Amino acid sequence: MSSVASVHSLWTVAAGAPGKIPAPHIEYTELSPTLIVLGAAVIGILIEALVPRRNRYYSQLLLSLVALAAAFAAVIGLAAGGFGSSKAHIAAMGAIAVDGPALFLQGTILLVSLIAVFTFAERRLDPAAHGNRVDSFAAQPAAVPGGPAEQAAVKAGFTTTEVFPILLFAVGGMLIFPAANDLLTLFIALEVFSLPLYILCALARRQRLLSQEAAVKYFLLGAFSSAFLLFGVALLYGYAGTVGYAGIAQVVSDGAKQIDPALAGTMGNDALLLIGAALVLMGLLFKVGAVPFHMWTPDVYQGAPTPVTGFMAAATKVAAFGALLRLLYVVLPGMRWDWRPVMWGVAIITMLGGAIVAITQTDIKRLLAYSSIAHAGFILAGVIATSEDGVSSVLFYLGAYSFVTLGAFAVVTLVRDAGGEATTLSKWAGLGRRSPLVAAVFAVFLLAFAGIPLTSGFAGKFAVFKAAAQSGAGWLVVVGVLSSAIAAFFYIRVIVLMFFNEPKADGPTVAVPSPLTTTAIAIGVTATLVLGLAPQYFLDLAGHAGVFVR
Amino acid sequence: MSFPLLTVVAVVPAAGAIATAALPAAKRTAAKWLALLFSLATFALALVVAFRFDPGSKSPYQFTESHAWISDFGVRYELGVDGIAVALIALTTLLIPFIILAGWHDADPLEEATPNRRWRPTQGFFALILAVEAMVVISFEATDVFVFYIFFEAMLIPMYFLIGGFGDRAGGDGEDEAASRRSYAAVKFLLYNLVGGLIMLAAVIGLYAVTADQLGTGTFSLQQIVEARAAGKLDIGTGTERLLFLGFFFAFAVKAPLWPLHTWLPNAMGESTAPVAVLITAVVDKVGTFAMLRFCLQLFPQASSWATPAILVLALISVLYGALLAVAQRDIKRLIAYASISHFGFIILGIFAMTSQGQGGATLYMVNHGISTAALMLVAGFLISRRGSRLIADYGGVQKVAPILAGTFLIGGLATLSLPGLAPFISEFLVLVGTFSRYPVIGIIATLGIVLAALYVLVLYQRTMTGPVKSEVTGMPDLRVRELVVVAPLIALLLFLGVYPKPLTDLVNPAVDHTLSVVDKKDPKPTVQVDAVPGGGRHGHAVRDQDVEAAK
Repeated sequence: MSSVASVHSLWTVAAGAPGKIPAPHIEYTELSPTLIVLGAAVIGILIEALVPRRNRYYSQLLLSLVALAAAFAAVIGLAAGGFGSSKAHIAAMGAIAVDGPALFLQGTILLVSLIAVFTFAERRLDPAAHGNRVDSFAAQPAAVPGGPAEQAAVKAGFTTTEVFPILLFAVGGMLIFPAANDLLTLFIALEVFSLPLYILCALARRQRLLSQEAAVKYFLLGAFSSAFLLFGVALLYGYAGTVGYAGIAQVVSDGAKQIDPALAGTMGNDALLLIGAALVLMGLLFKVGAVPFHMWTPDVYQGAPTPVTGFMAAATKVAAFGALLRLLYVVLPGMRWDWRPVMWGVAIITMLGGAIVAITQTDIKRLLAYSSIAHAGFILAGVIATSEDGVSSVLFYLGAYSFVTLGAFAVVTLVRDAGGEATTLSKWAGLGRRSPLVAAVFAVFLLAFAGIPLTSGFAGKFAVFKAAAQSGAGWLVVVGVLSSAIAAFFYIRVIVLMFFNEPKADGPTVAVPSPLTTTAIAIGVTATLVLGLAPQYFLDLAGHAGVFVR
Repeated sequence: MSFPLLTVVAVVPAAGAIATAALPAAKRTAAKWLALLFSLATFALALVVAFRFDPGSKSPYQFTESHAWISDFGVRYELGVDGIAVALIALTTLLIPFIILAGWHDADPLEEATPNRRWRPTQGFFALILAVEAMVVISFEATDVFVFYIFFEAMLIPMYFLIGGFGDRAGGDGEDEAASRRSYAAVKFLLYNLVGGLIMLAAVIGLYAVTADQLGTGTFSLQQIVEARAAGKLDIGTGTERLLFLGFFFAFAVKAPLWPLHTWLPNAMGESTAPVAVLITAVVDKVGTFAMLRFCLQLFPQASSWATPAILVLALISVLYGALLAVAQRDIKRLIAYASISHFGFIILGIFAMTSQGQGGATLYMVNHGISTAALMLVAGFLISRRGSRLIADYGGVQKVAPILAGTFLIGGLATLSLPGLAPFISEFLVLVGTFSRYPVIGIIATLGIVLAALYVLVLYQRTMTGPVKSEVTGMPDLRVRELVVVAPLIALLLFLGVYPKPLTDLVNPAVDHTLSVVDKKDPKPTVQVDAVPGGGRHGHAVRDQDVEAAK
């Protein structure tokens, strides 16, 4: 009977609809950052199709930079126009939130991507192949590694300029992700930025098999996590009868008021809520790289081309934490007593796990991968605070961390030997003697990761721990500082290696980069020191952006 | 707005560090002179602070500066000095020029090393010393807990590079072996202090949470917190206060270092060059004991009283353990390191005896220990650089070959064992009196440390300087002019402060009284027991004299 009734009700809704369905009202101005980036990505694809090969690199580079800068300007414009505070609201029929956290995170993602484009475009590090300048990406990614097709492509001087539009698509998805205000938009944004990332991971010019393996691993595990997330979305819909954040939040706190006849058997069923929320959280924690969903991180970070790793480590983390924050603060505040203990546990094992496993690493990229896991744990400590301070501390941490990460990976691209980048740690011995400046810059990034005062890492760590302590999570802070101490050990080990060990005769050399990478590193160092010495302005910025629109 | 004198005292060496580091590789000598010039300028500024400081003033801190810095964290850039800080800033800025002079050739590149345009160890060495000086000075000046913490932690980094990057050319077992031991010592130093610092960070955050909870806005201002506590507006729960106290104290005890957290010090001092060893023990470690006085006692008075018995016992163990291990050392620099551990035990004893003699004595002790250890260690460094060995057994009869070296070494040693007439005697005596008047048993046991001090110093002197001249020692040159310029003023100062410590005590005593008033402790009323104190002191004194005779 009930099923018949529900089918009937669906029919009536649909049948009675035609005259009443309003044309969707889209606030184009407020969505302009995303639209600019996605539009530029489409144009980028057209450039690939229409522009002669020799002109593609410069036109793609120019297009990407202009689009990202324009989108960033649009974010600034929106923030200046009060959309971050007083005029914050839900746009696009409830699908996208335009509010402080969204704009702050979008701004961060755009800046990070802008710098990432610099490292993507670097063409002076790898020796020229057959007289052609090459970047970090495979000549023809579709060719079998080592096969004749690949050799022909290298000889012909192909370069994969598609990376720029692919990057822009990923950025577009990342811009939507932290702003998504219903679960379906969340899922779509997740796929929009994940698929390009899978491709980017497979594009390394050197060690292509490792790179392809990384991409496959990332794709398979990513697909699993997407499936979890989607399943969770379905269960939450069954629970609340809506995928909109506000609607779910209302049902969570007040119980289901108007039971949709079609969902009469499921609405308000707490089992669905708990399982659904857990599955959605799992999907997000996977992207964040939190233990126990971190397995992909070291392999993917190691295998992906280093510029991609840097971009992924910085921007994905920002976007995913943004989405996690919104989900926990907007959708699930009513059940915080259920998720807080779980997240406590996740934060603790993430901090400790990342820091402890990092000690045993012998590859600099894997080391940075585990360090990023540990940092995800620190950020989670701020997420758990469930206060406005918590949000702004997480925003600040994400901003500070992403610049350090980008800079660090940019330095990794410089240290090379005959086989490309020399990522094996033991090869870095004595780097400080050979190239004191590069080693010193890398040391600054490591000290920032370690959270030594006067760097941005310290300010960020202090902010999240402060928020956690004020929300009564004192013991989480103690675990946090202990794992910081463990983490400091392996950062220091790299510094020891660089400065106090004698250089090896066959050690790597530091390539002289073009102004592109130099700029990226310089911005990274400047941001690290400025955010460390005078963080107040940025803390204010993050503080004003601490309120979610509901 | 008045002239920011305190900021300038810290900025001058920082600017010096940048200027020195910026010099090109070929200009090594210029870098040395530049560093010396900046350190002397800093000393001159510190003297201005010392002379313009008014010990009789009512306000606890003078030359105060206060600017907004990170309002989100409740942090203000707040500086101010009391008498204790003035004395220690004067000590720090006084010692740095001597350290630079003593280390004049320590960072010259090896002759066989291939010239490398980019590798500039000499510039780096002196720049790092000046950077450490700047950070130490500002941590003595900070009256904001957060500002203090930042520089307390940040100074580890330049120190780490100084220990790990520059060592004696002495070791008999090759450069590689020495380099790996050095880097072990540097990492050990860093990890111990970093763990201490991070635990303190948890306590700093806890302090913020408490003040934010009770005062509305979180603050790190020492004065504000002390006033709020006095006015009853801030009431930290007993359990919380104890935890916070332990967090702070742990970091300072690692830095000081207090037994059983001391094990990094012998490694660090043994492997680094003598000037850097002086920098560690005479300058950087003082921040630890200073911070106990300024932050532990004033922020957490009740918890300090609660922890006093345990800390006194640990300090007592430090005194005896350090001295005993010093007796057993075969390596000159490690011997001095263990002697320092023993002396830090006395300083902490004096601080936590909670009497005005004890704390006044402890502050004097910090200054005097700085000067006497600098004298002893730097002369030992000159000795070691001549022979190329740190082992006591490799020396003998030096006083016949290099009498001035031996003489200055003896005076440094006698100062270390607190011979009356030299400065450390007064401070050690005050510490013992102060301890005895409240804790007679501990006071009596601590005097044993003096006996042991006489033993390790005199045995060291006897084995290295007296007896038949060893063949490797013959032809050892006596102190050069540069080395004399380093040692002579330090010895003069030891004699002067030994006879006439009044300028120093006048400076320090009001600050000590202020600290005690915050902790709410009064000196115990004179009783029969207190009358016995001079006797106790004399007893120790007598033993020491006999011992000196016996050792001779």
